[in-house]
Amino acid sequence: MELKLTLNGRTVTDHIEPGLLLIDFLRSHGCFSVKRGCETSNCGLCTVLMDGRPVLSCSMLAARAAGHSIMTLEGLQEEAADFAGFIADQGADQCGFCNPGFVMNTIALLREIPDPTDDEIRAFLAGNLCRCSGYDGQLRGIRRYLDSKKADASPEKGGSHGA
Amino acid sequence: MMNIQNYVQAESLEEAYQLNQKRSGRIIGGMLWMKMARNTVGTAIDLCRLGLDTIEETEDEFSIGAMAALRQLEQHPGLNAWTKGAAARAVQDIVGVQFRNMATVGGSVWGRFGFSDVLTFLLSLDTYVELYRGGLLPLEEFASLKKDNDILVRIHIRKKPGAFVYQAMRNQRTDFPVLTCALSRMEDGYRTVIGARPGRALVLRDETNLLAGGITEESAEAFASWAAERIPVGSNLRGSAAYRTQLVRVLVKRGLLELGGKETWN
Ligand SMILES: Cc1cc2nc3c(=O)[nH]c(=O)nc-3n(C[C@H](O)[C@H](O)[C@H](O)COP(=O)(O)OP(=O)(O)OC[C@H]3O[C@@H](n4cnc5c(N)ncnc54)[C@H](O)[C@@H]3O)c2cc1C
Ligand code: FES
Ligand code: FES
Repeated sequence: MELKLTLNGRTVTDHIEPGLLLIDFLRSHGCFSVKRGCETSNCGLCTVLMDGRPVLSCSMLAARAAGHSIMTLEGLQEEAADFAGFIADQGADQCGFCNPGFVMNTIALLREIPDPTDDEIRAFLAGNLCRCSGYDGQLRGIRRYLDSKKADASPEKGGSHGA
Repeated sequence: MMNIQNYVQAESLEEAYQLNQKRSGRIIGGMLWMKMARNTVGTAIDLCRLGLDTIEETEDEFSIGAMAALRQLEQHPGLNAWTKGAAARAVQDIVGVQFRNMATVGGSVWGRFGFSDVLTFLLSLDTYVELYRGGLLPLEEFASLKKDNDILVRIHIRKKPGAFVYQAMRNQRTDFPVLTCALSRMEDGYRTVIGARPGRALVLRDETNLLAGGITEESAEAFASWAAERIPVGSNLRGSAAYRTQLVRVLVKRGLLELGGKETWN
């Protein structure tokens, strides 16, 4: 069957099998940041944004994405670069396997709740499993990022937003 | 892994219904549960173009389309104001945000899963299921029916004034619940719903009038002990029957005290 969708801002048309999963479609179009972890909808590694909402590409038919916009980490490098360094600085990435899913869902979190509490961060990222880190590093990294944004914006610092 | 041979986005409920009458037809909701099984689906019937992904609020009811996601239940301001946050509490520990953006209310109710937070919660309200052919049925009746080839179109929650609370016990956040417990007090009395027993959720009413004098520490304790004796529980890898019986007592008591405005636990 024919599938037409927007992938990272560009229109993509392809012929697909009806049972093709979105993750396989995305990887076959060069989006290798999208990875399989559990494939049972549990780990969040395969997270992509569909019309801005985070979803699990391992568990969705590519056919359902017809006419929708899909964003993967490949298309969100700049937005991710803002905070990914802060997470790395906390040593939160050990094997790094969970990182693309975490980054994608953190983008979704910060778009929905620009100034989240620690509990809101934990709740939003609860569906992203990490087998190495114990989650504290990610939390600290996001907190440091938010603190640095606030510091940048504060008048004493002559903030970058000119506030 | 599921093998899907044909995929159709139905243009009408009638088309979806007709396709679903064939043995090889299967309605897909979020597909999260279906995907766990190894089977072949002749035609996957997608309801995503039928405008069933909304929650509408009127003066008398909430009407929830079968394709509305669990995340919508969690975030709907009207539903959460009406249920004092019980809707959000019921679903907020189901896997993760991404999962709840996909899992549908229709698939969750149709599945009538024993472990279901969603079914437990909805049974504590004045809830009806709208089936394409079967019409409107009280959820309590629907929950005990065998699955057939009808289509769940919408869920209707009548706005019967009352108070609602939701409690669940999990070994770990995002895991399946060990026990679920929803309580309500509406004009026709108290409802206590216990799910993840691990069997399907059961509704208990105050048959012995233990709560007739209102909720006090003593009446809550008495009712919770009575519920623990009455609710059949079993064992699975998440918890033993004996543990679940203790949980019934604790969660029902906590729930009642919260319902009576005496304590909050969430
Ligand atoms: C890993 C995992 C963890 C989970 N943890 C929890 C938990 O902790 N608590 C909890 O409450 N739930 C949990 N669930 C269940 C989940 O919340 C959903 O209830 C479940 O996935 C079904 O919803 P779905 O939209 O994915 O339905 P599907 O998987 O798409 O469908 C389920 C069944 O319903 C049928 N169906 C779907 N929609 C309709 C319709 N409109 N009319 C007729 N038939 C229909 C399908 O044919 C299928 O037989 C979990 C599920 C998974 C996979
Ligand atoms: S691979 Fe999709 S949730 Fe784990
Ligand atoms: S760093 Fe290894 S799984 Fe998260």
